[in-house]
Amino acid sequence: MSEISPGLWGILLHGVWVTVQLTVFSAALGAAVAFAVGLARTHRLRIVRIVSGAYFELFRGTSALVLMIWVFFVVPLTLGWQLVPMWAAVLTLGCTYGAYGSEVVRGAVAAVPQGQREAGVALGFTPAQRLRKIVLPQAWPEMVPPFNNLLIELLKGTALVSVLGVGDITFGAQLVRNATGRSAPVYSVVLVMYFVLAFLLTRAMRLVERRAKAGVGRGPSPEPAAAAQSGPDRRRDAAPSASAPGGAS
Amino acid sequence: MNWNWSTLDDFLPAFGHGLLVTLQALVLGTLIAFALGLVWALAQRSPLRAVRWPVTAVTEFIRNTPLLVQLFFFFYVLPEWGLTLSAMATGVIGLGLHYSTYTAEVYRAGIDGVPVGQWEAATALSLPRSRTWTAVVLPQALRRVAPALGNYVIAMLKDSPMLMTIGVLEMLGQARQYGSRTFHMNEPIVAVGIAFILVAYPASLLLRALERRLAR
Repeated sequence: MSEISPGLWGILLHGVWVTVQLTVFSAALGAAVAFAVGLARTHRLRIVRIVSGAYFELFRGTSALVLMIWVFFVVPLTLGWQLVPMWAAVLTLGCTYGAYGSEVVRGAVAAVPQGQREAGVALGFTPAQRLRKIVLPQAWPEMVPPFNNLLIELLKGTALVSVLGVGDITFGAQLVRNATGRSAPVYSVVLVMYFVLAFLLTRAMRLVERRAKAGVGRGPSPEPAAAAQSGPDRRRDAAPSASAPGGAS
Repeated sequence: MNWNWSTLDDFLPAFGHGLLVTLQALVLGTLIAFALGLVWALAQRSPLRAVRWPVTAVTEFIRNTPLLVQLFFFFYVLPEWGLTLSAMATGVIGLGLHYSTYTAEVYRAGIDGVPVGQWEAATALSLPRSRTWTAVVLPQALRRVAPALGNYVIAMLKDSPMLMTIGVLEMLGQARQYGSRTFHMNEPIVAVGIAFILVAYPASLLLRALERRLAR
């Protein structure tokens, strides 16, 4: 570890800042896309459902790296305008993970009991009011745990931008490796950095989850009992979740 | 947009090679992920804390760090430790190891889902531990989680282009190599992107059908 001089640590720490920025911006775009597409997929008009479903299948089917390289190398050549690498990366990550997120939104909205919506109709709520005051507040606590998983995947996905030359942690690691000529220290440090970021994200999302559940008058989730019986935490149980096929990458 | 079909014709042989390498990496990576995942899942149920705890820590660590960095780690650090593997072998091991931590969770959920009565029945029949696992628990658990495992195969397919970064000439690697040689980037990349959809979409439809069948 002593091979990494203070200047090289500076490169890595700047990389952490870039990674955090990428994660925050992509998550914001992704959340917007997820809600827009997820709600569109429950729309009563068939054509809206088909278009949003096609968006979902398109972005879920392709590899994020292929998409990123296409946006970065091909779009400037064919359309004549070029995005700043950072924003090209945010655009692709946001659209890709937004597509995965739309499945979460769709599932959570569909899980709100039909009677709740009918009660809204009976009380004379407009469709927008029903969505904002009845459906989303109840669906939101269900969305938080899967969104946490997606956020971790997004954080890991940001490493791809180093291929485009954006100076994130992974890119910084390559620079440091070239400077020191040793790989083991820098890559160990970088892996730990990602792990710490993921850990902080998970902690933050736990807080969000607790607040969301308190907001609809539910306890902090019945999970502790289940978790106690099977040892380590179960937040990533993949099999029973109805998440999309291939939605994990 | 300048789209040239003859470029695509020209790219086709390289694309074929790339597709083959992608599928090879996928199959080998899947085998590692499925086998190693089961090892993790069983180790996490071990009665020994000294086994359970390190395995949980290691799998959590691998799952929460990017595959790309892990690939670089294996590719650059293993030779420093005196173990030199080909790029392809490194990539397959990295892919398999990363996804084994996901399949471990799937297996665990499946094993947890086997009703307690099945375990008790096995005890009542005084089946040995090995028979309990191979004849009673695992067949039921695996059947339940087959679709979820399939989802991770598709996810691995979509992560396989990362092997390009350590010099494996899979589909995306071939497309980039062709692009830097001929300066035609658009057609190869679009072809590769469509190839991914063409493989992933029918596969996910198949899995959904499987899920419905097994759910009955």
